[in-house]
Amino acid sequence: MNPALQGLITIIIGVGGCVAYFYFSNQFLDKVLLPAKGANAGRNINRANLIRPWLFLFPAIFALGLYLAYPVVATLWYSVTDRNQGGAFVGFANYQRMMADPKFWEALRNNMLWLIIVPAASTAFGLLAAQLTDRIKWGAFAKSLIFMPMAISFVGASVIFKLIYDTRPVDQNQIGALNALWLQFDGGIGSFLILRLLPGALMICAAVLALFVAYTNAQTIREKGASAGSVLRIVLIAVMAYVIYATLGLAYGAFTNVHPYGEPQTWMTIPGWNSFLLMVVLIWIQTGFAMVILSAALRGIPEETIEAAIVDGANPFQVFFKIKMPQIAGTIVVVWTTITLVVLKVFDIVFAMTNGQWETQVLANYMFDKLFRASDWGVGSASAMVIMLLVSPILVWNVYNARKEMR
Amino acid sequence: MDGIAGRTSALNWIVQISVVALVALWLFPTLGLLVSSFRTADQISGSGWWGALTASEQNLTLRTANPGDDGAQMLVDGVYSVQGQLFGEGSEAQISTWGTSSLRISEFAAGDTADLSDGETLTVQADGAYVWSSPTEMTGRGQRIFVTATTPPEFTLQNYDRVLFSGDSTDGMTRAFLNTLTVTIPATIIPIVIAAFAAYALAWMDFPGRALLIAAVVGLLVVPLQLALIPLLRLHLEIGIGKGYLGTWLAHTGFGLPLAIYLLRNYMVGLPRDIIENAKVDGATDFQIFTKIILPLSFPALASFAIFQFLWTWNDLLVAKVFLIDATGETTVMTNQIVELLGTRGGNWEILATAAFVSIAVPLAVFFAMQRYLVRGLLAGSVK
Repeated sequence: MNPALQGLITIIIGVGGCVAYFYFSNQFLDKVLLPAKGANAGRNINRANLIRPWLFLFPAIFALGLYLAYPVVATLWYSVTDRNQGGAFVGFANYQRMMADPKFWEALRNNMLWLIIVPAASTAFGLLAAQLTDRIKWGAFAKSLIFMPMAISFVGASVIFKLIYDTRPVDQNQIGALNALWLQFDGGIGSFLILRLLPGALMICAAVLALFVAYTNAQTIREKGASAGSVLRIVLIAVMAYVIYATLGLAYGAFTNVHPYGEPQTWMTIPGWNSFLLMVVLIWIQTGFAMVILSAALRGIPEETIEAAIVDGANPFQVFFKIKMPQIAGTIVVVWTTITLVVLKVFDIVFAMTNGQWETQVLANYMFDKLFRASDWGVGSASAMVIMLLVSPILVWNVYNARKEMR
Repeated sequence: MDGIAGRTSALNWIVQISVVALVALWLFPTLGLLVSSFRTADQISGSGWWGALTASEQNLTLRTANPGDDGAQMLVDGVYSVQGQLFGEGSEAQISTWGTSSLRISEFAAGDTADLSDGETLTVQADGAYVWSSPTEMTGRGQRIFVTATTPPEFTLQNYDRVLFSGDSTDGMTRAFLNTLTVTIPATIIPIVIAAFAAYALAWMDFPGRALLIAAVVGLLVVPLQLALIPLLRLHLEIGIGKGYLGTWLAHTGFGLPLAIYLLRNYMVGLPRDIIENAKVDGATDFQIFTKIILPLSFPALASFAIFQFLWTWNDLLVAKVFLIDATGETTVMTNQIVELLGTRGGNWEILATAAFVSIAVPLAVFFAMQRYLVRGLLAGSVK
């Protein structure tokens, strides 16, 4: 049969079956099981109304339970059993094997870098784009162009960026934009400004920003005393301390590293840089999302607060950092966590571009590798549980907020 | 607001220029793919795509006709010669220099005559016409010629023709395109139908455990897909679904439902209570209220989620790889086809770029047509 026709028929059966369930189950309830006429009409209507919510909810609960809730338990179970021993309970043996695998630690370390850099960069670019495009006439058009990568698949984006990172032998024209750009640098004054001073200065700025965040949180703890939030703040301060250490190290490196000018680079095989270049793909995709949400938040700020600040003599930077930022802080947290969730599950980009070679492994791809190439369900499940563990603070936080809102 | 201090014009210019730069930076990668998909393999490897709009200088390796072929050689006045044209029909390339050795590719200028060994001579004109003559009969393959040629900008549709209509099983995307559609359409509609009923129940029906269910939906929103892979694949294999469309639809439905229920419930809760209560007083059943009132009113939210789910299922690789694609590869989807092309044809950018652009063209069209709903859905889904 023609594949198009076959597809069409399967589509009709799939969707039709679903609609038919709701229609006929309701008909059955009202006409056959508990008809709204005869001697018990009133009682029947009441009973039917007790059953109906579950009729409406049944497919959803069934699908959610089977496809999301059950797998959490099942994966947990698989992670403490051994498939080769007929599913016998082996305690933490799988986790121990995973811990002994250097590739796991590489994946975890890379994931941590992704978790810091991608949400930070996407949110920062998104905020910048939102702030800039809201001021101009053709802002809506500019926004939709920056937002466009959201519609492109991770695989499509990987192809797009593979073309940018492409390398040709030294005697040929470079067709990858990054190498073509790289060959423009020759070690002169321009190279110093762009490749050493600019990244160095940016890293120092980032370190100062992290220091500021750590300092304000330490202040808050000192003023308010110990509370439940203190733990979170202390964790945040510890992360910031690491960020300061890392950024200062990178700033030092920016000034001292020796660059191979004039030689085309195979970017995907340089450890460190390759992970960063993969992150660029996701930043490129997620910036539009951050921009759209933050732009709506910025427009939601009451005009009076800004007017009052300007009347009081605030300059544009003060207006932005002291008036606007505090009012959109909640939205920034939402954007940050949403992108964090995307990052934790990132698989396609690494799979398509390097497949975890050259020290670019991440957890989701590590897990796929263990599952379908090494056929090692124990370690695969264990690494899936690590992803779940990383997600769970956000899960708890979301549920807590949703409950609070409903009250 | 910005007009207050009267210093708008300078600031405004800076803002305008920054936005132009930002947009250009964000558009540059996609544009590269689009331009490359309209270029031939030689053009792509000869120059960066940003040079596609101007005449480009390329180094090409070409070959004359084989003297051994029938009718290729002519005998005039005791001199054997092979004549012909190095470039294809209609080419406007101009040769500046050429050579017969890969070490000296610029040995001769266009129009020069080169002395080859054994008294053979070769003349190449700027337009690619050549005359290769010899006092004795020539045998074997044609002479290799290395040319440096300037080619005017030229675009071609042959990549699309090859990817879409050639029926080639490795390069062709037709089957993968249809498979992707077969996955996407039910995987978009089924969760909407299921979620709409559930959302109505959670928004407007009273029953014990409602708050708990809503909290559960919010919690399940963030459960990573990765956890579901092994247990569900195993389940599918055990109950006989195996790898196929049915399992993929079910998986996409399950993974899409939390967001669908969350978005739709939030929207339906905001609908005016009066309408629903009036309908109830008039004797409408819940089923009638849902289909006649709630569904039409919820159109914006339904459209928002439909776009999300469409983009997500169309662009998905992981679910398709795990639940759909079996060893025969009959049910491959476009994302998977592209990843395979990346492996087998890593250097053939004309095929890769075209295949990738075919796969992103549909989501891009949907995106630009229904951007309003997408933005609305994003705002409803995350700003809380």
